[in-house]
Amino acid sequence: MASQVSQPQAATSGAASSQDTLVSIRGLKKYFPITKGIIFQRHVGDIKAVDGLSFDIKKGETLGMVGESGCGKSTTGRAILQLHKPTAGEVLFRDNGQMVDLVKMKGEDLRKMRRRIQMIFQDPYASLNPRMTVGNIIAEPLEVHGILKGKAAQERVQELLQVVGLNPYFVNRYPHEFSGGQRQRIGVARALAVNPDFIVCDEPISALDVSIQAQVINLLEDLQAQFDLTYLFISHDLSAVRHISDRVAVMYLGWIVELADRDTMYRNPLHPYTKALLSAVPIPDPAIEAKRERIILTGDVPSPARPPAGCRFHTRCPIAQKGLCDVQVPEFRNVGNNHFVACHLVPDGAG
Amino acid sequence: MGTLLDVKNLNTRFYTQDGVVNAVNDVSFTLDEGETLAVVGESGSGKSVTMLSVMRLIASPPGRITSGEIMFDGRDLLKLDDDEIRQIRGNRIAMIFQDPMTSLNPVLTINQQISEVLQLHLGMDKAAAKRRAIELLEKVNIPEAARRVDDYPHQFSGGMRQRVMIAMMLAANPQLLIADEPTTALDVTISAQILDLVKRLKKEVGMAVIWITHDLGVVAGMADRVIVMYAGRIVEQAPVGELYASPRHPYALGLLKSIPRLDEIRKEKLEPIEGLPPDLINYPTGCPFAPRCPYAIQKCLEERPPLAPTTSTKHLSACWRWQDVKR
Repeated sequence: MASQVSQPQAATSGAASSQDTLVSIRGLKKYFPITKGIIFQRHVGDIKAVDGLSFDIKKGETLGMVGESGCGKSTTGRAILQLHKPTAGEVLFRDNGQMVDLVKMKGEDLRKMRRRIQMIFQDPYASLNPRMTVGNIIAEPLEVHGILKGKAAQERVQELLQVVGLNPYFVNRYPHEFSGGQRQRIGVARALAVNPDFIVCDEPISALDVSIQAQVINLLEDLQAQFDLTYLFISHDLSAVRHISDRVAVMYLGWIVELADRDTMYRNPLHPYTKALLSAVPIPDPAIEAKRERIILTGDVPSPARPPAGCRFHTRCPIAQKGLCDVQVPEFRNVGNNHFVACHLVPDGAG
Repeated sequence: MGTLLDVKNLNTRFYTQDGVVNAVNDVSFTLDEGETLAVVGESGSGKSVTMLSVMRLIASPPGRITSGEIMFDGRDLLKLDDDEIRQIRGNRIAMIFQDPMTSLNPVLTINQQISEVLQLHLGMDKAAAKRRAIELLEKVNIPEAARRVDDYPHQFSGGMRQRVMIAMMLAANPQLLIADEPTTALDVTISAQILDLVKRLKKEVGMAVIWITHDLGVVAGMADRVIVMYAGRIVEQAPVGELYASPRHPYALGLLKSIPRLDEIRKEKLEPIEGLPPDLINYPTGCPFAPRCPYAIQKCLEERPPLAPTTSTKHLSACWRWQDVKR
């Protein structure tokens, strides 16, 4: 196997950890083992889904995370919630003014922290139990965490339904009686039930029709303003991410290759992958489309079980330099104005 | 340029336990030789069923084309028998689908699948068919085509499989390609590769393309003309530039306003279309969009507006108030 170095990080990746940081990720890795054999499973390799990420999420902001399938963006979201136990690294979360590491937590302590971190899933069909009424689905986290019971819980459910724009009268209906957009609202209500600080939204609009997507995006924005929520918004839709995010991280094959303020990222992308990605997104305006130049990348994303040596993007990169990019791992560094990029060919001060 | 396809008053119904689903209602449109027509709409709008009807691929039961006329190159496809329609399908009209894995046979090599088309429709022998298959794979930019032609579909990535489908479709030199959301399942950089490929091939081969999609961005870069469908009906039809600059149906306008744009200058609130599409079993008597429409008046609920010319004979809208609809 070629030398596979995970991504080296500058000491102060992302925004420097300060008072307004809610979540701080340090050297996060998640490997899924590849095994061989039927009875005795030999460990023969790893899928390096997430390989050494460091970034911060500030209180009240929306951090957009974009990338193509298999880049590790969903795994990152799940590893933050400890739904996948990280292979290495720290997930620091602010609790009473102190940063606590979720990776080291177990049992009851972790369960208590989960109250403050919730998730909204992509598939509104698969993420709701078809045998439970909407009322019970939304009340379940309240009961599990021992916040409210019985009548008080039911009252809270009615209130939550109203907050997400559903009729409280629907409380005794089952998920199949709702449309996709309505189900996603139920998922949002369930996440909100326990008054979380931080919500990981994993492709929350991808399964919805365009006119319904806008409804859910607006709902998420309204709720953020109302309840002072912090979002990690994971999506492959670069237009939606631009709309909703304050800062944006671009992932490729288990690495974050670029991280910057939303406007900086979209106006002045520095990493060749980000440039290609942005140029590939069609814009709904024929006059603009006729004039646009696309950077068409050749080939497919390599397998995360055998990522390329050096820079992971060099096999598809239009400007890769032999002897540098295919050998040396680029450092993820601040090139000015908190614009972070992992590319040898971007000079310092370009940000 | 001559007219290649002329669909008149097409109606397709599905007879289900719950009742009759009015999937396609009075759909009429034409397509010129070499033209690219985009069909836009959300799930359940009837865009795929319309094109499957054109190909006579509606499963019966439960589906049936209840009336209409589909003139292709001077012949009514609805009047052909099964053998005659099979000669047209794959040969003169080809179709590619959203999910290339389910449209490829997993137990046959790529060579066997492409050669089948060549042997069946062009009467080539095995060796000639394989040579041609390799050529076709090269044409759609599959690296090491001569070696990969003997691989099975699972050995290809999603984007590569869609290329294989396109190669297969090209095998018989069709005059019309119907592409049903061919890039929806693909990542954006791979989708850009496929769009680029189809544009290039269209120029080389000179075929007409019907592109079914829900992605208004893709339409803007691909199409000459656009049809917008809602509840199994065409609600607007216009040259691509006009549709985006001055849509004349509230639904088309609503779609354009509800999508975030990559080049968004200011952070503005999106304007979603409130409500849900109608039930196609209990089809509304008036305009099907009226319950969600900000322009709706009493007349809209009672009387269904016909698809009629607006500012020009090329720009049609099914709206009583098209003159008031402005971007």
